[in-house]
Amino acid sequence: MKQYLNVITAYLIMFTLIILVGIFQSWSLALTILNYCLISAVMTIGANIQWGYAGLINFGIMGYTALGGLAVVLVSVAPVGEAWSVGGLNMMICLGVIIGIVFSIRLTLKKIAKSKKRNYLIAAIIIIGILLLRLISAPAIESIEAVEPAKTGFLGGLGLPVLFSWIAGAFLAGGLAFVVGKVALGLRADYLAIATLLIAEIVVSIIKHEDWLARGVKNVIGLKRPAPYEINLQQSPWFIDLVEKFHSGKLALINSVSEKQDVLNQLVIDASSVYVKLCFTGLFLTVVIILLIVTQKALYSPWGRMMRAIRDNEEAAGAMGKNVVKQHLLIFILGSAIVGIAGAMMVTNDGLFTPGSYRPMRYTFVIWVMVIVGGTGNNFGAILGGFVVWFLWVEAAPIALFFINLFTAHLPETNEIRVHLINSAPYFRFLVIGTALLVIMRFRPQGILPEKIIKN
Amino acid sequence: MDFINAIIVLLNYTIIPALTYGSQLALGAIFVTLIYGILRFANFATGDMMSFGTMFAVLLTYYFQSLGINLGIFPTALITIPLATFMMILYMLSIDKFVFEYYRIKKSPPVQLAMVSVGVMFVTQAIIRIIIGPADRTFLDGEKFILKASEFKEMTGLNEGLTIKSTQAITIVITMIAVSIMFWFLNKTKTGTSMRAYSDNEDLALLSGIDPKKVVLITWIIAGILATIGGVLYGLDKSYRPFVYFNNMLPIFAAAIVGGIGNPFGAFLGGYVIAFAEIFLTYAYKKFFTYILPEALEPNSMMQILSTDYKFAVSFSILVIVLLFRPSGIFKGKTL
Repeated sequence: MKQYLNVITAYLIMFTLIILVGIFQSWSLALTILNYCLISAVMTIGANIQWGYAGLINFGIMGYTALGGLAVVLVSVAPVGEAWSVGGLNMMICLGVIIGIVFSIRLTLKKIAKSKKRNYLIAAIIIIGILLLRLISAPAIESIEAVEPAKTGFLGGLGLPVLFSWIAGAFLAGGLAFVVGKVALGLRADYLAIATLLIAEIVVSIIKHEDWLARGVKNVIGLKRPAPYEINLQQSPWFIDLVEKFHSGKLALINSVSEKQDVLNQLVIDASSVYVKLCFTGLFLTVVIILLIVTQKALYSPWGRMMRAIRDNEEAAGAMGKNVVKQHLLIFILGSAIVGIAGAMMVTNDGLFTPGSYRPMRYTFVIWVMVIVGGTGNNFGAILGGFVVWFLWVEAAPIALFFINLFTAHLPETNEIRVHLINSAPYFRFLVIGTALLVIMRFRPQGILPEKIIKN
Repeated sequence: MDFINAIIVLLNYTIIPALTYGSQLALGAIFVTLIYGILRFANFATGDMMSFGTMFAVLLTYYFQSLGINLGIFPTALITIPLATFMMILYMLSIDKFVFEYYRIKKSPPVQLAMVSVGVMFVTQAIIRIIIGPADRTFLDGEKFILKASEFKEMTGLNEGLTIKSTQAITIVITMIAVSIMFWFLNKTKTGTSMRAYSDNEDLALLSGIDPKKVVLITWIIAGILATIGGVLYGLDKSYRPFVYFNNMLPIFAAAIVGGIGNPFGAFLGGYVIAFAEIFLTYAYKKFFTYILPEALEPNSMMQILSTDYKFAVSFSILVIVLLFRPSGIFKGKTL
């Protein structure tokens, strides 16, 4: 119990802060923050597996998040029949061509000995393949994108329940991680960071500009939800009864019937949004707890010990007969798959997929700050980092505004410096996050909750 | 005649813009490479540091304009470069003093320093946005064109016009001057040699009495000059927007690694490799082929290898390919 004291205190402080937001700002906002904290926690679990367990630096979190989001569109949106009939066949052939290219390259690598001839052959296969792809896909893409461009203009998805997409997101992200890991894991730490960052940029730019896939920057809106809709809730009698019961004391004080009805309506509207968010919180919490149990078990299993051994001394672990390359690839895929789940969760929560919003600042560097601030190698720490940093990221602007008002209170309302500072309040979040990272790196490099090694 | 027209088309739409963009990237890439070679970490704050210097140039330009000071046909921003560079170096040195020095003395692994530079990136971004805001700003004044398309057509009687913007000429000339001075400094002076020695083998350099503090100081000074010049030239040519500068970090990294990180000359060439690849692969060659091919063979498609949306993706793909097949960069050789 005693060894968990700091964990419990840290989490208690965090939840008190969120409850304070609920009391002073609004419960709806507090739940929004909590939901995003939980999503961030899933991302940090993924990043922490890679960095904390195995010492692999992955700056491509943005790419896997975006793929997770793409999975939601591909799984849950109803298929666009017309688009499939005009271009589906060509797109399927393209998929076949891509598989053909991959297999023929594999075959060449296997059958022909390493030589200049082999390199030329591979280059020829790739060039011919790409030309073939363009020839087949160009007319199909054009006709798909012409199908009601304002509403669809893409192939649509499978029309399955949205929760499946979380698993699909994991598989998509894991698949990309397999390819990236195969080619890039041999690189040195800082090269790996740059390479993964740039590969993620490539992935995002493909999602952004291939409109037939997920409408690109035109966004997909109105995605399915695993929770009820506010409008339906506001009309269902059981929900209204529930709200009435919950606020009966407050409602009893109001005498006039029409006024009572107005107040009740307002309460129902507020409560419906809180209820929906609570549903999401429940779902996200389940995912976080499952992941936490699994990762925690893995960390203290023989496998986790092996990973730490590889992280701390690759040569020694290799000499002991551990397959370093294979384990690195495995953990790279696992971590990325978890990030993919988080990406799918986030798009589900928002109900819309906006490829334009995937930027390295928000989806790579902030997540890394979370992992480092929370505590590398410690799952509780990583989750806490997700909470703390996301909380700071959201609340930095209001807090900065408060301080600006406090320190410039003696200046007149129209003072230029004051107006300028108030307008730039949102940017203080970068300052807060950056300073937090620098301070933690300097004075507590293991993070708030450091890695704990249980010896038994 | 058609052949000359085709050449002019290429010059106008690909070669001159690529040379300009390449020069801007090259300055940034040398900055990355110097920090990597001597201070031994990948500086993720590169783009934002360039932005920081440019911010001062923008503000000073506005100030000078309000005072009525200008350079006639040249952009006013050119006289602000020395002052902006000075501010930039001050900022870099204070960052080094308060942040990087601690880890350097502790001999932390490069990954930790890279992480710290992410923190510096956040803080720098915040300072920039608080001071100047995130908006798009142009600060170019003076003569806009050296050669206008219509004038060129009149002069030569060709169908195609050649346009040379003054910013393009200024960029290329200033880059050449700055880079030559830097190479002269690194190769011919005693301080430069000591920097190269320090980069080559730190312990040996310390043994032979090279003062590490001086080397670090000079490195930041050179880095500050290059970063500010590169940033101002980019801002003059396009426009100044903090977010774009942050994004430019990525092609700059690509250029530095393609050229072989730690090797300034490689980084210099790497900038042009990236710029030319980006522009050549995303340019629509329809007009070019219409001129050189006989009428029967005229293309009816755009003749574009990749859509311009993938401009950034091109440079990243090149980088990934280089990293995989030749991690030490395409221009191997002596480092720094």
